[in-house]
Amino acid sequence: MKTLYDKLWDDHVVEDLGSGDHLVYIDRHFLHEVTSPQAFDGISKKNLKPWRLAANIAIPDHNVPTARGQNFELESIEDEVSKIQIIELDRNCNKFDIPQFDINSEKQGIVHVVGPENGFTLPGMTIVCGDSHTSTHGAFAALSMGIGTSEVEHVLATQCLRIKKLKNFRINLLGCPRDDVTSKDVILYVIRSIGTDGGTGHAIEFSGDYISSLSMESRMTICNMSIEAGAKVGLIAFDKITESYLSDKVQLDKSEYDNALEYWKSLSSDSNAKFDKEIDIDVSKIKPQVSWGTSPEMTSDYDSCVPELDQNSDKYSTYKKAIEYMGLKEREKLSDLTFNKVFVGSCTNSRIEDLRSVAAEIKDKRISESIEEALIVPGSGQVKLQAEKEGLDKIFIEAGFSWRDPGCSMCLGMNEDKLSPGDRCASTSNRNFEGRQGHMGRTHLVSPMMAARIAIHGGIPHE
Amino acid sequence: MSEFKNISGIACILDIDNIDTDQIIPTEYLKSIKKFGFGEFLFDGWRYHDIANINTPTSSRSLNQDFILNQAPFNESKIIITGKNFGCGSSREHAVWALRDFGIETVIAESFGDIFYNNCFKNGVLPIVLNQDKLLMVKDHVSNESKLHISLVDKNIVIKNERIAFEVDSGMLDMIITGQDEVDITLSISDKIKSYESNRLKHKPWLN
Ligand code: SF4
Repeated sequence: MKTLYDKLWDDHVVEDLGSGDHLVYIDRHFLHEVTSPQAFDGISKKNLKPWRLAANIAIPDHNVPTARGQNFELESIEDEVSKIQIIELDRNCNKFDIPQFDINSEKQGIVHVVGPENGFTLPGMTIVCGDSHTSTHGAFAALSMGIGTSEVEHVLATQCLRIKKLKNFRINLLGCPRDDVTSKDVILYVIRSIGTDGGTGHAIEFSGDYISSLSMESRMTICNMSIEAGAKVGLIAFDKITESYLSDKVQLDKSEYDNALEYWKSLSSDSNAKFDKEIDIDVSKIKPQVSWGTSPEMTSDYDSCVPELDQNSDKYSTYKKAIEYMGLKEREKLSDLTFNKVFVGSCTNSRIEDLRSVAAEIKDKRISESIEEALIVPGSGQVKLQAEKEGLDKIFIEAGFSWRDPGCSMCLGMNEDKLSPGDRCASTSNRNFEGRQGHMGRTHLVSPMMAARIAIHGGIPHE
Repeated sequence: MSEFKNISGIACILDIDNIDTDQIIPTEYLKSIKKFGFGEFLFDGWRYHDIANINTPTSSRSLNQDFILNQAPFNESKIIITGKNFGCGSSREHAVWALRDFGIETVIAESFGDIFYNNCFKNGVLPIVLNQDKLLMVKDHVSNESKLHISLVDKNIVIKNERIAFEVDSGMLDMIITGQDEVDITLSISDKIKSYESNRLKHKPWLN
């Protein structure tokens, strides 16, 4: 009796190398401009070529400017070093014949948004990328994980990874949430409950009736942040919702599709499969979540306070540093904070469903005077197009948001979208680390719905 | 990569949990397309008062003298001792390159981020996991001595008359000791990959 992870693992082992090491075959490899240059350099030096070209797809996302319009010239990227990286990706893709959605492609966007919406992400695949949020694709019952640059080189050269098997961890999410609780709140709550190392060494499978009720977009948000709980692999079983999402995205002839579908339907954990760890969480008890500190586990209910420091706790020095960095006081009410920036975007929350949720909150309203900048950065060209078709862009612009072109943007501030020192930002991204969104910037992780409410109120609305 | 069997040198304590790879090397330096030269930017946000900029020579920047790695003898540390979940967050291998380029040969922690942990072995940096009790003993010793000796072959940390054993996978440790190249090793069984692959694509043609 096998877990979903066991099934995916067994299906991809090329060779048992002894002492726990296995050579595991990789079906899909996403590349972006930041973690690939040294890997391409590595295979060049060894005179090697990519093992299987069709497995790869490259997309620039981390560095790209998000106010670029159409027919953008790479030469006009102001930041010289960003420009070099994007040009380098272009050069490597041309040199090695790797397919790329370049900066002007209407399919360009964040790799973890682009992959699924173009049918590059399929159930039963192994998927890797030099990016920790590759866990996102696990929402499709694919064994998907972030890797380092040496491993990017190894996958390019051999189509395989040398890895050890992870342990199995199942988180059952049960019940029906409040209307103002989204999958972002649920995953933040999970991280807060098990800690940022709660899933270390494990593949987490998310299941339960709450998961079954979610759209693929919401499921991706959950798997995306499994890495923030320490698990490089997050998984969700294949079901009818996966099937209907894929139906217009995969181009296969009928008999091939039927064969694929039959196999995909086997991609769930057997009913009596054994997990090394298992917990249940009742989602009906979860309130909207807001992070207050510098690690995603430092998160609280939106109507609560910054914690009190306890000198005897082993968390004392870590918490004290976080509270100081965030410019907070112990026991301060979160709803007393004033925000001056809002960022809606990132591979966690930049899909069409997220943008619709923001639009519903801000329609016919204006952002608060305290908000100096409110960005909405769609996850991909296709998301952008769809949003514009639905007229969401107008709602955003009328409310005072800046409507941008796709990219990672202020999730990590490699382009010009950055926080300034002391800025307090409500962000739909995934990491509130010190300086993540800009030097000395202060990030509060929230759902798109909460980000929209903060944009309107300038702070977390009381209730 | 040089062959080495022992690590001996100054150890500094960073007594914080969850030090993420964004702290070890900030995003700004991810713009480099090289694999070396990251040492002066290690813990950039804590080491300098001013903002990270890849084009600013570090000699002209304002050092934060309160940060331990800026203080002698710790500016020559070879060993970092820290808390839980070191290297969590982003997969950036630049974090390990920065540690390595600074001269850090081993990090001792209660636990590590999975991706970071793997990245270490590919670059000759040894991550050592110790339980809380053992970690406390090592911290106590370093608070007085500041130097530590680690034997890779015996897999232990030498403290006065005591030896604190640690566990590490032998195959992975070998990679550090011998500096083997994984790509070469894997390609030596490329026929196995080929036969797996052709079989896979025959039975699941939609994957091609
Ligand atoms: S959006 Fe943020 S987390 Fe996602 S890939 Fe880009 S930088 Fe990484």
